[in-house]
Amino acid sequence: MDYISITPAQKTSMLEAIGAETIDELFSPIPESCRFTGDLDLPPALAELDLQRELQKLAAENSAAANGACFIGAGAYDHFVPVFIDQFISRGEFLTAYTPYQAEASQGSLQAFFEFQTQVARLTGMDISNASLYEGASAVGEAAMLALNATGKRRVLVASTIHPDARATLKTQLEDLPAEFVLLPAGEDGRISPAVIAEHTDSDTACVIIASPNIYGLIEDWKTAFHAFQNAAGDVGNKPLNIAVFNPTACALLKNPGDCGADVAVGEGQPLGVPLQFGGPYLGLFAAKQKFLRKMPGRLVGQTSDGEGRRAFCLILQTREQHIRGARATSNICTNQGLLALRATMYMTALGPQGLRDVAEQSWHKAHYLAKRIAALPGYDLAFDGEFFNEFLVRCPVPASAIIDAGRAKSIHPGVDLSCEKVASIGAENQLLIAVTEKRTRAELDALVDLLVECAP
Amino acid sequence: MTTTTSTIKPVKIDMTTTDTTTSAVAPRTLGERPTEDLIFEKSSPGSRAVDLPPLDVDETPIPEAIAGAAPALPEVGAIQVTRHYTHLSQRNFSIDGEFYPLGSCTMKINPRINEYAASLPGFTGSHPMQQDEDVQGCLRLLYETRELLQEIAGLPEVSLQPAAGAHGEYTALKVIRAYYKDRGEHQRNKVLAPENAHGTNAASCTSCGAGAINIKAPGGYTDIDDLKRVIDAEGPESIMALMITNPNTAGLFDSKIDEIADIIHDAGAMVYLDGANMNAILGRTRPGDFGADAMHYNTHKTFSTPHGCGGPGSGPIAVRDFLAPYLPAPQVVKTSDGRYALDYDRPKSIGKVRSFVGQFGVLVRCWTYIRACGPEGLRNIAETSVLNANYLAARLAERFEMPYFDPAKGKYAAHEFVTVPRTLLDKGVTLNDIAKRLIDYDVHPPTMHWPVRDCLMVEPTETEDLATLDRFVDVMSMIADEIESDPDTLRRAPESAPVERLDIVAADRKPITVHPMD
Repeated sequence: MDYISITPAQKTSMLEAIGAETIDELFSPIPESCRFTGDLDLPPALAELDLQRELQKLAAENSAAANGACFIGAGAYDHFVPVFIDQFISRGEFLTAYTPYQAEASQGSLQAFFEFQTQVARLTGMDISNASLYEGASAVGEAAMLALNATGKRRVLVASTIHPDARATLKTQLEDLPAEFVLLPAGEDGRISPAVIAEHTDSDTACVIIASPNIYGLIEDWKTAFHAFQNAAGDVGNKPLNIAVFNPTACALLKNPGDCGADVAVGEGQPLGVPLQFGGPYLGLFAAKQKFLRKMPGRLVGQTSDGEGRRAFCLILQTREQHIRGARATSNICTNQGLLALRATMYMTALGPQGLRDVAEQSWHKAHYLAKRIAALPGYDLAFDGEFFNEFLVRCPVPASAIIDAGRAKSIHPGVDLSCEKVASIGAENQLLIAVTEKRTRAELDALVDLLVECAP
Repeated sequence: MTTTTSTIKPVKIDMTTTDTTTSAVAPRTLGERPTEDLIFEKSSPGSRAVDLPPLDVDETPIPEAIAGAAPALPEVGAIQVTRHYTHLSQRNFSIDGEFYPLGSCTMKINPRINEYAASLPGFTGSHPMQQDEDVQGCLRLLYETRELLQEIAGLPEVSLQPAAGAHGEYTALKVIRAYYKDRGEHQRNKVLAPENAHGTNAASCTSCGAGAINIKAPGGYTDIDDLKRVIDAEGPESIMALMITNPNTAGLFDSKIDEIADIIHDAGAMVYLDGANMNAILGRTRPGDFGADAMHYNTHKTFSTPHGCGGPGSGPIAVRDFLAPYLPAPQVVKTSDGRYALDYDRPKSIGKVRSFVGQFGVLVRCWTYIRACGPEGLRNIAETSVLNANYLAARLAERFEMPYFDPAKGKYAAHEFVTVPRTLLDKGVTLNDIAKRLIDYDVHPPTMHWPVRDCLMVEPTETEDLATLDRFVDVMSMIADEIESDPDTLRRAPESAPVERLDIVAADRKPITVHPMD
């Protein structure tokens, strides 16, 4: 099915109107030497019914974590998503609309993005937000680019405890630029100490990037870290930027980036109503202080009015963007994650402040319940003493992969083996990173504890 | 677009009157355009639309040192949430509802089987950190998508990681740069692009630390003499790549593409194809056949994955074999025992360009679409999209000047065409007037002022039926008539949208990007 409505008879009359004899004639500008004359070597077309069968077969080849007891996190979390969101995001008026360049014909998406920007700004305690970036890791890269541009400096300090994918993405991005990628080592407590930050800061430093919770689930002290950073930078003309990498769920319960003095706050928006879907599409959140408005990457929606004074919305400051500014744009991003931003705003609206708080609190309580039970097991202990939110690192008496294998038959997905390549092998083979969301029941938490007991030698 | 938004509206109660029982509502009058309150203005403390099961474990107190305040978000009930997003949806044009001939964007039907595919729990519930053996279905789908896209491109290797077209450009330029650096050719850091290239091309060069240099493109075609001149002036050894869109943004397939590719290759540089217009050539020619060394797809254009008010897209890149070692890690591979795996052991890779493996949910839709169409279907798509564009151009040419379209001279449009309606504009209306008037006829305006000033770029796509194409011709002639008889109608347009024409200058001058706290 190629979804074409033009009939063969219509084709003939259309060719006549064009003044061409054959379809081939329309393709005559393609030089003969470049033409592809055979058939593409692709599987034959499938009717919808057969396609459904094929797809079901493919999907069934997965044992999807979210369909069992999922304790896997490390940047993507198995949160509850109200059915409302899937239903409303599927409305064709949202699903099949383009970027809202024609404002009068796009007031629905524009207003939704304006509300999204406001919600993200309030959740993070920042002044402003854009209308989304691709995902969390490239959002970190964009934050660093803003810092380089805003300060004219070259050094980018990055906590080694940010997500390994964000670290790697940033490293790739800075590779061919006049910039220096400086990794801040973590202390024995799994966090970045103010002394380490101060030690690496010099007059050419553009920013420091610190994630909280970090990759071990630990809460970093942004406020103290940023304070140490600014002190070390001294009283310079172009102040370097404090960049906070946040988890939006944690922002509903813990001190947010704005509370702690961040200049720019970026994060992975997946926890806001986006299914795990094997890593994407997710959305990058990007919030900042007002003074960075004109240096923001990506689309921004602003409020204005029409000829009659009605409140209305349109894309603003497009002269920052690639389609106007070309090589001098603040970023090369064009297509963003519009539908995911819609998901996120619907999620925040449907749950409301209390619902978001409930999600964060239940994740906290359940994670701490589980951590206490595991810490009491012989052979197991928590790798770090520091405060954590919904994720923690456990030292196991056996390789983490053995525990993951043992969980398979019970549809328990115990967590992430920190020695595996998917997390850049940042940990030892007996380190298991366990995430707990509000979705996990007490029975599931206890079942994981039982599994760990069985796995212990 | 239906405007069933709130048929009542609050009116100010005059507190000086004694009769406070007066109803605070009034009927909506014909032609009235109500606004939709912001969700923040609908908030009433204590309302909620969703709840959670009660907590079933003991509580652990949250230390005060780390605790924060609840976010200041709106509190609304279930019916308000429902109506809010229903009303917002009704204030949008969409492919589902309207003809959307937006040049360069390929606004074709978004088949719902794609949505079904992406919503299967086996896909939506798979975690990117699951071990390969648990996600064989996801990995097989990704591997097969790689194979499909390789064949369509005529190029042997594909990376599925890039999140959108611009991200694909960035990734491929990084790959090309890494290849040259590996060969010791560090000095190759200049990228050529015709002046009518997408803005992303130059911006992507900047993101990679490469310099972008414009090549003249008079009449829409890349100027070969200027190309040679620039290469000589800059020095062939400094050129990294030419980024070219073909069919190009003027709606033309560049007949000299093989010659252009030879010139670039003679300079020791690479040809990068911006695949935005792949829809026009599916199965008729392949980038690998006309000299491209690397390219990106926009699955949200060519392969019908929904645009979603501006995203998500997906921008897989295809490359020649000598570039393959530099593609981002991980790469999805098939092992000797017929299993699928993510390969991280890629010592020459540029590294990562994003988190996890890519826009998986978008790629599921892409796979579904290509499997639905099959090879004949893809070819038919190219043929019909080109037929539809040429048909519209031919029928409109009488009143709308077509600077690049001349069938008598063999200058056919590809899947889109550009008109610069000079005669009509000279009568005192602006291009914007024409665009906004189209909204009143339930047609989304075409792309404007790009690639040249005062132009409309029209791309009907293959999925429109003949009646819709003919109606568009009628609408355009009607507007041309209105320009002669009643130009003020155009200046007032749109009359049927939820809002009148907006003051976009004020929006930029005093930017308001968030709703203030009460």
